[in-house]
Amino acid sequence: MATRKKPLDPGFRRGDDRMNPTYAVIGTARPKTDAPGKVAGQTLFADDIVLPRMLWCKLLRSTQAHARIVSIDTARALALPGVEAVLTGADLPIPFGILPVSQDEHALCPDVVRFVGDPVAAVAAVDEETALAACGLIDVVYEPLPVIGSVDDAAVTPAPQLHGYADEGNWHKLVHLQFGELDEGFQRADLVREDLFLYEGNTHLPMEQHASIAHATPDGRVTIWSSTQTPHYLHRALSKVLDFSPARIRVIATPNGGGFGGKSDPFNHEIVVAKLSLVTGRPVKIGLTREEVFYCHRGRHQALMKIRTGVTKDGAITAMDFESYLDGGAYGSYGVASLYYTGALQTVTYDVPTYRFRGARAFTNKPPGGPKRGHGTTQPRFAVEVHLDKIAEELKMDPAELRLRHIVKPNAVTANWLQVGTVGLEACIHKVVEGSSWKERFRKLPYGRGLGLACSSYITGAGLPIYWNDMPHSGAQIKCDRGGGVTIFCGSTDIGQGSESVLAYVTAEVLGIEPADIKVVTADTDLTPVDLGSYSSRVTLMTGQAAMQAASRVRDLIASAVATKLDVPADRLVFGGRRVFDAQEPDTGLTFREAIGVAEAKHGTLGAVGSYTPPRSPGRYRGAGVGPSAAYSYSAAVAEVEVDPDTGIVRVPTIWIGHDIGQCINPALVMGQVEGGVYMGLGEALMEEMAYREKLGLVHKWPSMLEYKSPTTMEMCDVITYLIEDPDPNGPFGAKEAGQGPLNPVMPAIANAIYDAVGVRIDEVPMSAPKVLKAIQAKAKGKDPRYGPTGTPGVTWPERTYVRTPAQGGNGRD
Amino acid sequence: MPDDDLIQLTNSVARVRGTFRVNGEAREALYKPHTTLLELLREDFQLTGTKHGCELGECGACTVLVDGVPVLSCLVLAQAVEGQEVSTVEGMADGPTLHPLQQAFVELGAAQCGYCTPGVLLAAEALLEDNAAPTRDDIKLALSGNLCRCTGYIKIYEAIELAAARIRGENAEPRNETLYGY
Repeated sequence: MATRKKPLDPGFRRGDDRMNPTYAVIGTARPKTDAPGKVAGQTLFADDIVLPRMLWCKLLRSTQAHARIVSIDTARALALPGVEAVLTGADLPIPFGILPVSQDEHALCPDVVRFVGDPVAAVAAVDEETALAACGLIDVVYEPLPVIGSVDDAAVTPAPQLHGYADEGNWHKLVHLQFGELDEGFQRADLVREDLFLYEGNTHLPMEQHASIAHATPDGRVTIWSSTQTPHYLHRALSKVLDFSPARIRVIATPNGGGFGGKSDPFNHEIVVAKLSLVTGRPVKIGLTREEVFYCHRGRHQALMKIRTGVTKDGAITAMDFESYLDGGAYGSYGVASLYYTGALQTVTYDVPTYRFRGARAFTNKPPGGPKRGHGTTQPRFAVEVHLDKIAEELKMDPAELRLRHIVKPNAVTANWLQVGTVGLEACIHKVVEGSSWKERFRKLPYGRGLGLACSSYITGAGLPIYWNDMPHSGAQIKCDRGGGVTIFCGSTDIGQGSESVLAYVTAEVLGIEPADIKVVTADTDLTPVDLGSYSSRVTLMTGQAAMQAASRVRDLIASAVATKLDVPADRLVFGGRRVFDAQEPDTGLTFREAIGVAEAKHGTLGAVGSYTPPRSPGRYRGAGVGPSAAYSYSAAVAEVEVDPDTGIVRVPTIWIGHDIGQCINPALVMGQVEGGVYMGLGEALMEEMAYREKLGLVHKWPSMLEYKSPTTMEMCDVITYLIEDPDPNGPFGAKEAGQGPLNPVMPAIANAIYDAVGVRIDEVPMSAPKVLKAIQAKAKGKDPRYGPTGTPGVTWPERTYVRTPAQGGNGRD
Repeated sequence: MPDDDLIQLTNSVARVRGTFRVNGEAREALYKPHTTLLELLREDFQLTGTKHGCELGECGACTVLVDGVPVLSCLVLAQAVEGQEVSTVEGMADGPTLHPLQQAFVELGAAQCGYCTPGVLLAAEALLEDNAAPTRDDIKLALSGNLCRCTGYIKIYEAIELAAARIRGENAEPRNETLYGY
């Protein structure tokens, strides 16, 4: 349970945090540092920036799902008054992509378009209307190519390949990993169960449409402001594609109006405006329309999954065999990582002694899939948790009890060589079971009402960077002002989760001052040390650790100077209440401002840097790079549903969720992340879905906020949240993540609750009314009371990588 | 895509002069007659606090008040509001003092990314103007046209309830469960 303290009075003078584990800042609810600007409408998002002489950019996008570009004629567009420049693929020939192994995108398609919406030309003009009009004057001749509309299509259409670097035909990537003796595991089982699940693709739908503005200046530099979660990777991509020194490119990530993973790739439009600014010598801005945001996508991959698990009579897992088939869309994006993630974290929730994962990601002619909140772990978590519910039913066990008995042990190394740290899942389960009156109500509610339970776990930052190197994942720099102010510089990007605030809280705690005393400068490649970006739930842990190290170094410098001044041993000095004082005689001390002066006189200009690299994971096999993390968060949820048997409409009145946060840095912000995760999970569970008109050229079925359904206030459920604190030694003050994990148990909890309510299994997300109704009708006719997939495409799996488990005395490599 | 004639037509449209009242101030603009209120506010008056998420009337991010009534500024022509009082998020604070709704949003973390926040605040302001003590269902109904992708709306409801209580003169503080969980 979270520490319950009243918000502090700003004039509060705290005691010695070395003697007393109660923190002054950490663990207390307080406002986000950037909230006042946001509620006043003063925060400048990318599209709010206007520069003198600015041009507007519009992209001409492909109307074809798959075609060769025969010709592009830009003459009429260039002749339109007000048009300053027109670019085509020939102007930006160097490919890029977020992963080093998938450099398969071009800022503008040079020869082939691969989905409806793929950009082929760009215009810069004096205003948006003129730019749009000019796009209409560009004549493109396409020669259609065969369209791959689904994973099944990709499986039977090895040629033409969407990308020549694919593992095989149009299978972008094929993975086959085995840990331990699977057959032996299944032989030990009392029950072996196999299930198939389908998780439809869905998208982030951030409220802010992507926008970027670039300004190339006569001093040979170019600056870009962009709504990106990953300024560092954009910096890399710009340098590569523009063939321009990164030392002369400045990327400033503006506050993101929502990200959820959708602004984590370097995007074609960001590169295009930079190039247009270099060509015209004027600032160039682009603001995507909502329809274009759907074409950026990089959202949840559609995943078809097969799971086979062996269990003993008491529900202990003896073996698990998991297959996933992902619809990757037209480009690589994060897809290789997404694919590995669909097989990585099955083992960190419950004890799984032997495990096999086979995964395939297909290229199709759709907007590319990528990382959405829960990246690649959300779909398999749905499968695992519904599958376990069915197993519990067969074993006549309470599903909560089955899970409680087999939670992974703290500090375990899993069969696939992931190093687990603290595990707060047991407390999470107890809380939601108690809160929902589970024992009194599960399987006892009247027809049409039900309860379902599910659990999950998630990484707190990826253990390895995207570009493998030995440099830190996160850096922070602190500068102290003689006036008592402190500025912290860090490359992290605030996407609404509160990462700027975390830097202020951590620094304030270490230096014994207030968050309001701290100025935070972030996400500017000219000013701030590299942080890899706001993805993989890494920011609180990694930037928090970097900030702690920098602040501790500053604290040591100040302490050494104050110790001399006061003639007190440095290790007896306490930093608190904006003072530095003697623990034994608290009246002997200096104000923090005086202490800075004393320290600056002794050491010179006062500042320090800090950085953080996660611990090395024990896995050494090919593929071991995805899954390791400094710490894993755990969540458990119970959903209550009401199912209308006549329509199949599912209503969710309440979700109880317990989240193992390690230690709250700011509980109010953790609450917000958990509630937001539940909300987004509710949308995925019931309505959100990327869909395409397969017979009409594979155009997106509903690229708008009206028709792509997401929960409004009228659908949102009540959320009862329990924060479980069990500090993890790898987290700053023990903190783990909250931004992604709490989404994962929501969909399976709802699916399990639907079964409790009406006795049908919906093995497919979203669990929309027509599917539920079909299953109810099937049940009434005595047919299989289930809605879900029935088969998998044929894949010739590559030769397996066999890795002995820790229990077999393995070495993590083979 | 427009053809050449349509482009010519668009470019040749004569601008019109208009007089507006925005956040209590008189403003003038020379604008094309098809300019929306959203464009007028953001591009002519540099009031970029008003956001856009779709420009098709689907998301509510561009909500402003016209004579106290919430409207989607992306669907309203600038011409239609001449002479009426337009209120945007920039006009909510009383000088340097945040409006009680803004203050409650800050305290509870009801603004995460902050992008839907201006529209939500104005919809909430209009609600409280009509109903000083709204129930949770009243709030849900009033905000049913405003999408928020970060918060799950819960902190928003709680912030509106907190602000409503304070506006009514009650000495209201955030609930412990709101900030720390159950």
